[in-house]
This record gives sequence, C-alpha cells and structure tokens, in this order.
Amino acid sequence: MQFIDIIISGLLLSGTYALVAMGLNLQYGVARIMNLANGEVLVFGSLAAFWLYTSSQISPLLTILIVIPISFIGNLLIYNLLLAPLVRRSKSRGALEVDSILATFGMSFILIGIMTSIEGGFFAYKYLSEPIQILGSTTSLSRLVAFLIATLIALVLYLWLNKTRSGVAVRAVSVSTEAAGLVGINVPRLSAVAFAIGGAITAVGGALISTFITLDASIGVVFTLKALIIVIMGGVGEIRGAIIAAIILGIVETTVATLVDPGLTLAAAYFIFVLILLFRPQGLFGRRNT
Amino acid sequence: MFTRTLRKLATVATAMALFASGVQAADVIKIGAIAPKTGGLAGGAVVTQWPNVELWVNQVNARGGLDVGGKMMQIELIEYDDKTNPGEHIKLAQRLATQDKVDFIVAPYGTGFNIATAPIYGKFGYPMIAVSAITDKMEELTQRYPNLFFTLGTTTAFVQGVTEILVEQRAAGTIGNEVAMVNVADAFGIELADRARELFAAEGFDIVYDKSYPLGTPDLSPVMKGAKESGAKAFIAWSYPPDSFGLAEQAIIEDLDVNVYYSAVATSFPAFSGVYGSKINNVLGAGGTNVDDPAIAAYRAAHSEITGKTADYWASANTYAALQILEQAIVGAATLDRDTVTQYIKDNSFDTVMGDLSFKNNFSDTFWSVGQWQDGVFRGVKGSNVEGAVDVRLKDGWK
Repeated sequence: MQFIDIIISGLLLSGTYALVAMGLNLQYGVARIMNLANGEVLVFGSLAAFWLYTSSQISPLLTILIVIPISFIGNLLIYNLLLAPLVRRSKSRGALEVDSILATFGMSFILIGIMTSIEGGFFAYKYLSEPIQILGSTTSLSRLVAFLIATLIALVLYLWLNKTRSGVAVRAVSVSTEAAGLVGINVPRLSAVAFAIGGAITAVGGALISTFITLDASIGVVFTLKALIIVIMGGVGEIRGAIIAAIILGIVETTVATLVDPGLTLAAAYFIFVLILLFRPQGLFGRRNT
Repeated sequence: MFTRTLRKLATVATAMALFASGVQAADVIKIGAIAPKTGGLAGGAVVTQWPNVELWVNQVNARGGLDVGGKMMQIELIEYDDKTNPGEHIKLAQRLATQDKVDFIVAPYGTGFNIATAPIYGKFGYPMIAVSAITDKMEELTQRYPNLFFTLGTTTAFVQGVTEILVEQRAAGTIGNEVAMVNVADAFGIELADRARELFAAEGFDIVYDKSYPLGTPDLSPVMKGAKESGAKAFIAWSYPPDSFGLAEQAIIEDLDVNVYYSAVATSFPAFSGVYGSKINNVLGAGGTNVDDPAIAAYRAAHSEITGKTADYWASANTYAALQILEQAIVGAATLDRDTVTQYIKDNSFDTVMGDLSFKNNFSDTFWSVGQWQDGVFRGVKGSNVEGAVDVRLKDGWK
C-alpha cells in the first residue's frame, strides 16, 4: 500500500517538476539563454489562472488556451528585444551565459514588480481539488490533470523534436549553432521560436500548478531552482533527460518524505544532484562537451 | 523660443513646489514603514501589515492629523519594500533615519525582522511596537533594547492555548492521548514544535507522528498520509502561509479523520475560508478575534471600506492597535521627541480596538492565541486577557 502511495504521489510530483523544467530545457538547450526569470514566467501563468478564475470563473484549463499565445508572443518579444542583442555580441557560449543570467535576473525583478502590483497576496483558489483513487491510493484530481497535460506536452515535444524536420533543425542548433548555420538553418529565428515555446510551456505549467499549490508573486525563484537542477541533471537540451530527471526527483522526494522524514526531501534532491554532477557532469542524457 | 518658455515655466513650477513643500514640512509628521511587498513574507504582510498602515494614516489625516501640543500635524507616510530581506531592511532603516529623517516608524513584519532591526531602530531611539513577532526571548530582548515593545504574545502562550484545548478534548473523550504534529522547518516552526513537545509531554500526550517539512514543499501528501496513518484524533501543524493552505487541501483530499485540526499562521486569513469554504469549518488556527465586540466590528468595517480588503481574524487588529498606541502616545506626550514618547508608552495605558492595552516590562499581555472557523467567521477560543472566547467545536469531516 505504502509502495503504491509512493509511486503514485511520486509520479504525480514528477509531472509537476516536468512542467517546471521542460520550458527551461528548451530555452537553455536551444536558445542558450540561462533564463533565471523562468520561475516568474511560471508564476505569471498561475496569476492568469487565478485572476481569470476568481474574477470571471474561467476554468484554468481554458485559461491555458489564452496563456499559450500570450506567453509565446511575450517571450518572443523578450527574446528579440532583450536577449537577441546579447546573443549577437557574445563571443563565446560562456560569455552569453553570464550576460543572459544577469539580464534575466534583472528581468525577474521587473516581472515580480508587475505581478505584485496586480496581486500582492496569495493566489488562493481551488479548482478540481476533489479526491480520487488510483490503484487504491488517494490523490487529487487537479494533480492528475496536471500530470496528464504534462505527459501530453512531453510527448508532443518529443515527437516534434525527433520526427519532424523543424524539430531536427532545433536539435541541430542545440548541438552546435555554427554547424547548424553552415547547413542553412536560420539559427536566430529558430532560437527565438525555441525560447518562446519554452516560455509558453512554463506559463502553462504555472497555470496548472496553481490549481494545487498556493503561490504568490515572489515564489518564482523556488521553481527556477528546481528547474535548474532538473535541466542540469537531465542534460542540457535533452527533453528525455529532463523528464527522467523529473521522475527521479519526484520519486526520490516522495520516498524520503514517506519512509524517512519530509524534512529531508530537499537534502535528498540535492544529494542526487551532487552525485550526478560528480559522476556524470554532462547530465543523464547530455553529450560530453568537445 | 517655445522650449525656453517651457523651461522657465518648469523652473518656476519647481520653485513653487519646493516652497510649498517647505511650508508643509512644519505641519507634517513623518512616519516610516518598512515591510515586505515582495519575497517570502509578502503574502502575509499585504494581508496583515500594509492595509492597517494605510487605514490608520488615512483615518488620522481625515481627522485633520495628530494634535501634537496644540498643533495639528498631518501624517506623511514613507514606505519601503524590504523584499523579505533583513539586510535590505537594515539599509532602508538607515535611510529612513538619516535621509528621510522620519519622526517615527512602524515596527517591521515578522519575528526575525523585529529582532534583526531592534539594534538599528534602538540606536536612533525609535519606539518600536512590534506586532507580528512571537518569541520566548522577550525579556532578554526588551532588556537589551528598551525601545522595543511586544504585543502579540509568546511562543509558550501559543503552544499553551493549543495544549489547553487538547487537555479539554481528552477529558471530554473526543481525542485520546495520541497527537499527530508537523512543523515547517524554519526558526518559527522549530521553536513552536520544540515547545509543544515539552508541553504536550508534560500533559501526558504521545506525539505519534512528529515530522518537519521544508518551507515551500510542493507536495504535502506524504505528510498528510503519514498523519492519517498514525490514527491520532488530533492534528497540530506549526505551519506558515503557503503550507497552511497546502495542508488543508491535503486534509480534504485524504479526508483526515480527526476531531481537532489546528494549523498555525494564515489559518485566520479571509482567503483561507474563501478558498475552502464550508470544508474548513471548525478548523483551529493561530490567533482569533471577537467580531461581536463593537470596537472590533467598527474597525473591521472601516478596514473593508478604506482598504477594500477584509481584515484577517488575528494580527490585523493588533497591528492597528499598535498604531493607535503610537498615535495616543505622540498626542499624550505632546511632542515628537522619541525618548519622551517611548517613556509615555511605558507609563500609560491605551484605549485601542483590542481594549485597554498597557505594557509591563515592554510586554502587552492582551492577545488571542487560538481561534476557530465557525460558520464562516474565525472566532477566538483561547487568549490572554481577552473577552468573548467561544467554545471549541469538534472537526466533523471535510464537506
């Protein structure tokens, strides 16, 4: 019984983590932007869901459909206006990383400010928080819905990246921007699109997560940190890696919380992170840098 | 030509503005307020702290200001966001004192912040009437910082309130000796849980589930499943705002079968009932208030009208009362001299929304410690020197 509880709760938590990390994986892996405002974009999605639900009773699942285009366009603009100049002037990937970290760190404060001015308190609302039974283990419907949508997003992303021409181009950019450019791939445009899709996924994740976690405007950094761990554990630019890392983290945290002590979940997560950094620094699925 | 005229006009306007502010300065009393608007504690501060500052300033100015020795002075509020960062707060406090030269300050939000800033506010001699600060180290702190006052009770008093309820319910046969207890793993939760272990044990209770969880844990279901499995009929959580919501959510999902359910901070927030409605009926929480008291009722009505927000059912009233104390002390001392005002606070009693408040060794012993959601209103059930406590009801399902 406890075993099933751990597997079910752990997998559902993995779904949450996948939602948090898949977007950043695209942004960091393909567009090469270490987006420290990732968590704030996520919280923006939550704010939209909260705001539309409490003001006009719009279901967060419908809100997603509104959030996708808005966050896609918003992130496209952010990339083209704020980040593309950094990409153009950077001489190496390392330099771009430093620049983008600073730029997006600054951006995160702007986003927090905007969100605080809209809603300074908790985004407290309730949606689909009905108990359901899966294999005899009790959980909430909202977590299950978030998990299913996370699975769907992961599947679509995986198929797109591996089975379509544009997806292959995206992967080519993530391997080498120079080589991709040489074979005629429009690297700047593809990077912008990858960044925007990443942002849209993160915002959708936020809208879903807000149905079972009470957030506020300032909580983004918590999610940014989790996303960073997962992306680096899984391997930069590897969607499979991010998903496997999310599952490992979800299961391990739930196991520790159930069998040992909930107080040690963070310690367990960071312990695994350190192990992977020590023995597989390129991440589970990452390629070794040449 | 046109630009030159414009520039001249601008110069004149600036000069006039400067002149106007210079004239005004004489009749203005500057109050500084630093508290979180962003960061971890912002969600609590925008419910409990900021609206009361706004309400008080608004009301005082609408009355024509404070009568300081026969001169009516309007309040000018200078507010900063400390981003829930003590270092930032201390920097801003320095700025308030040396650059803005405020006459008085509103005490910070949060126990840690009040303790961390006591030295700097003490250095500048500001009386500091702390509200959102609960600790057992009050005596030591107020001896070291004679300008620091406490109004919301001690850690022990809060745990004592919960212990009394457990003892009563055990005597009534609704709970056994077993208690499930969890706490958030930060200074606040650890201090309360430590104290609870002592007090519960002293009364012969057996804490059958005793776990902590990190602040901001995304999934509290293992915690609630563990508590449920323990079979205890009493559940006590020394929790903070995001997790107080999360625990209630999981209790509903798991249909936690208890007769006593307590979660600490934010249980008294209107949003708590707003989100979970009738499901959290008979949930116990930190704080409480007596909404039937006419002074409290009038205060809550004014709070809603002026700030557009519902006051919480705990520290909101205390926060407002602390500002009333500051107001009455300034008027009573008839001066802006901070030492005189501080002394006045120590020596006198004040008529506030919380009733008559006075300080003994810088500590006001009038506060609520435990409240309960009863049909949409969070009522005080345990407190110290407060009137209107109602009987504790049993938690009966999560419908």
